[in-house]
Amino acid sequence: MGQIQLKQVTKSFGDVQVIPPLDLTIQDGEFTVFVGPSGCGKSTLLRLIAGLEDITSGTIDIDGVDATDLVPAKRKLAMVFQSYALYPHMSVRKNIAFPLKMAKMDQAEIERRVNGAAEVLNLADYIDRRPGQLSGGQRQRVAIGRAIVREPSAFLFDEPLSNLDAALRVGMRLEISELHERLKTTMIYVTHDQVEAMTMADKIVVLRAGHIEQVGSPLELYHKPRNLFVAGFIGSPKMNLIDGQEAAKHDAHTIGVRPEHIDVVESDGLWQGTVGVAEHLGSDTFLHIHNTGFGEMMTVRAAGEVNLRHGDKIHLNPRVEEIHRFDSKGLRIA
Amino acid sequence: MATKASRSAARLMMAPAVILLLGWMLVPLIMTLWFSFRTYLPLRGGDQGWTGFDNYVRFVTSSSFWPAVQTTLIIVLSVLIITVVLGVLLAMLLDQPMWGQGVVRILVIAPFFVMPTVSALVWKNMFMDPVNGLFAHLWRFFGADPVSWLSDAAMPSVIMIVSWQWLPFATLILLTAIQSLDGEQLEAAEMDGAPKLKQFWFIILPHLGRAITIVILIQTIFLLAVFAEIFVTTGGAFGTRTLSYLIFQRVLESQNIGLGSAGGVYAIILANIVAIFLMRIVGKNLDN
Amino acid sequence: MARAVTSRRKLINTTAAWAVGLLIFFPILWTILTSFKTEGQAIASPPIFLGFDWTLENYKTVMERSNYARFLWNSIIIAGLSTIIGLIVAVPAAWSMAFVPSRRTKDILLWMLSTKMLPAVGVLYPIYLLFIKMGLLDSRAGLVVVMMLINLPIIVWMLYTYFREIPGEILEAARMDGATLKEEVLYILTPMAIPGIASTMLLNFILAWNEAFWTLNLTAVNAAPLTAFIASYSSPEGLFFAKLSAASTMAIAPILILGWFSQKQLVRGLTFGAVK
Repeated sequence: MGQIQLKQVTKSFGDVQVIPPLDLTIQDGEFTVFVGPSGCGKSTLLRLIAGLEDITSGTIDIDGVDATDLVPAKRKLAMVFQSYALYPHMSVRKNIAFPLKMAKMDQAEIERRVNGAAEVLNLADYIDRRPGQLSGGQRQRVAIGRAIVREPSAFLFDEPLSNLDAALRVGMRLEISELHERLKTTMIYVTHDQVEAMTMADKIVVLRAGHIEQVGSPLELYHKPRNLFVAGFIGSPKMNLIDGQEAAKHDAHTIGVRPEHIDVVESDGLWQGTVGVAEHLGSDTFLHIHNTGFGEMMTVRAAGEVNLRHGDKIHLNPRVEEIHRFDSKGLRIA
Repeated sequence: MATKASRSAARLMMAPAVILLLGWMLVPLIMTLWFSFRTYLPLRGGDQGWTGFDNYVRFVTSSSFWPAVQTTLIIVLSVLIITVVLGVLLAMLLDQPMWGQGVVRILVIAPFFVMPTVSALVWKNMFMDPVNGLFAHLWRFFGADPVSWLSDAAMPSVIMIVSWQWLPFATLILLTAIQSLDGEQLEAAEMDGAPKLKQFWFIILPHLGRAITIVILIQTIFLLAVFAEIFVTTGGAFGTRTLSYLIFQRVLESQNIGLGSAGGVYAIILANIVAIFLMRIVGKNLDN
Repeated sequence: MARAVTSRRKLINTTAAWAVGLLIFFPILWTILTSFKTEGQAIASPPIFLGFDWTLENYKTVMERSNYARFLWNSIIIAGLSTIIGLIVAVPAAWSMAFVPSRRTKDILLWMLSTKMLPAVGVLYPIYLLFIKMGLLDSRAGLVVVMMLINLPIIVWMLYTYFREIPGEILEAARMDGATLKEEVLYILTPMAIPGIASTMLLNFILAWNEAFWTLNLTAVNAAPLTAFIASYSSPEGLFFAKLSAASTMAIAPILILGWFSQKQLVRGLTFGAVK
């Protein structure tokens, strides 16, 4: 079990309200990602759920029981920290066994669970080393191991991959997703990286300044962003946003077209422009287009290799059915 | 960031230290203030009542006051100049690559660990004694008349002893500061064509600025209170009576508590002026 | 700086540094050497550096005559107990300031620092009077208390700077793992803080051992530590150079050795964490 429900939760530091009243339900077994720019309150929200911070008002229910005033230890949640927070004076084995020892579990059971976790996470080779002797990826695994042995009702991850290099990050991302498939335990994952959110989540919660901007599955957010903020935040490269006359043609204040929804055509395109930088990735080519007449630079994603260079004039056709329309308040027009 | 429960536990855990220090500060301070306004001669009639600001006026107008202030300033300033200048040079020397760096460091730091009474006595007898001291031997070797250091050149002698004790402190702190200088900064300066002297002047010295300030402030506080070195060597004679020593004599030797306490209040005010600057720097450091 | 240094340059550095180092260390070296000479050789002209008859006679005399053991014991008790009591008071305070900071934490820390800067002469008589009234004059208990109080700000500050280096996330992890406050302190904080506590202890012991204002003014016979013992050599016994040297060597040797272990901590402790 691992259903978490936040009702009218607020948090203030002194006079500053960092989380205005907020309602959110996380279903049992769901992989939920909190995503947003830094300072949006996503980590604070996670720490409120963990019990590391007191909430200012509202209630938090875990599995239908009011957990608002429970100390962190009593909430049956496990957390993986950004810095991993391994105990530097204990071996990997002792680190993983620590929560079990605190729960006064008997020695045989501790042994069994630690060995189980070590096997799942491939920790066996360095089980007797200290954290200081491990690489970033290995430390990350130990931190996860320490979380899973407790068999918690939910896992909380606080930007766990941000200290790893790019290649390792992709690998660990997969490992965490696989872990979720296997354990089917509720996971709440905080990140500022929308790629992590898109690839891992069952449900994404987009936050800005403590507000929930939108909740939905990755593809819901991709296809139906509720407002300009979500539209700009989800998707890579970012959605092109166009104001003014061109938008008015579609009865909107602003229109948005994703780079992958604009086609490069030989002639008679709806839009024209000059190629600035062309980034050749092999599988795709990102074209940065100037002089479109819309003010801002436009990004176009062309499939495969495209033989275009700096200064070339090109014609573009947006796919009309993929144009997102927003009103003057930035909200989506259905 | 914490929860309510841990905050009240924290306050409780802080209480013993705060209460002890509060008592240690307030009780003697209030007593000193109280005595400073009274005529109080324990051996000659005891407490004879209020005198208002008489003690304060008498302390400042006594013939020993200004010489004592002068002595204090000379000792503090001379020692500061000697230790900071030599400290910077020594720190830069010790920062160079060499063989046996660790051992040299230990040799340089050692004087700091010698208790003040020992260093005062060793210097007084074994080096500055006009007959058998090492300096007397050295002077005779060069055909000069040995000097009675602690009577004829009392101030330079005291300054020298105190500087020897504090040079390690300055060196050690400045060395730590130099070692924290980013080598790439110097390499960038070299790429920009700055000669060694300019590198020292525009990069190393500014980098040391904060450490030098800290050395100056901390040493000033300790140097204002120099006691054992004077107590053991000259007993305050031959123009080495500092403000602290003068107060000590008024209080314990002539048992004029009122007068001594008024002097004590002056000393406290003086120390606090220095302390304010030090606390600013330390406080700023806390914010990061 | 990653660059090759010519060995000629290194040789010059080495020579200069050793020369300066030995010059600074010389008074201590000379004292140690003299302590092994006879009184006659100690004042011989010209002075003898190494070619003397090494003897332990001075050490024996000093120990027999001046009840050295009692002074030593007083020093150990005063420095040791004041350090231990100081730590007992300071550890919880530093812990709470480092891990549960409030808006006033900074002010409290700076205020503690300011008490360290109170000039001792300013409060000499009140303390003297209180000691007489409470029968603490020339008692070890009294000195332990005073020594603990004058060094308490340094202990709190040093511990605070060490504790602040322990990442808060580790303590939170322990809390998530189900550790109670007691278990958190016992299993996580204490083992991680031991190196810092040990350094603090060491430096504080040294400072207390060498303190000479209060020990000279508040002791006479019973509680006098080594600082006062050495001061008693002021004259005329001080003219016996060899014995003076032996007594001095015995007073400083233990602390020189401890001091060499604590160079790094010295900087941090004496600059209140402002230079690391």
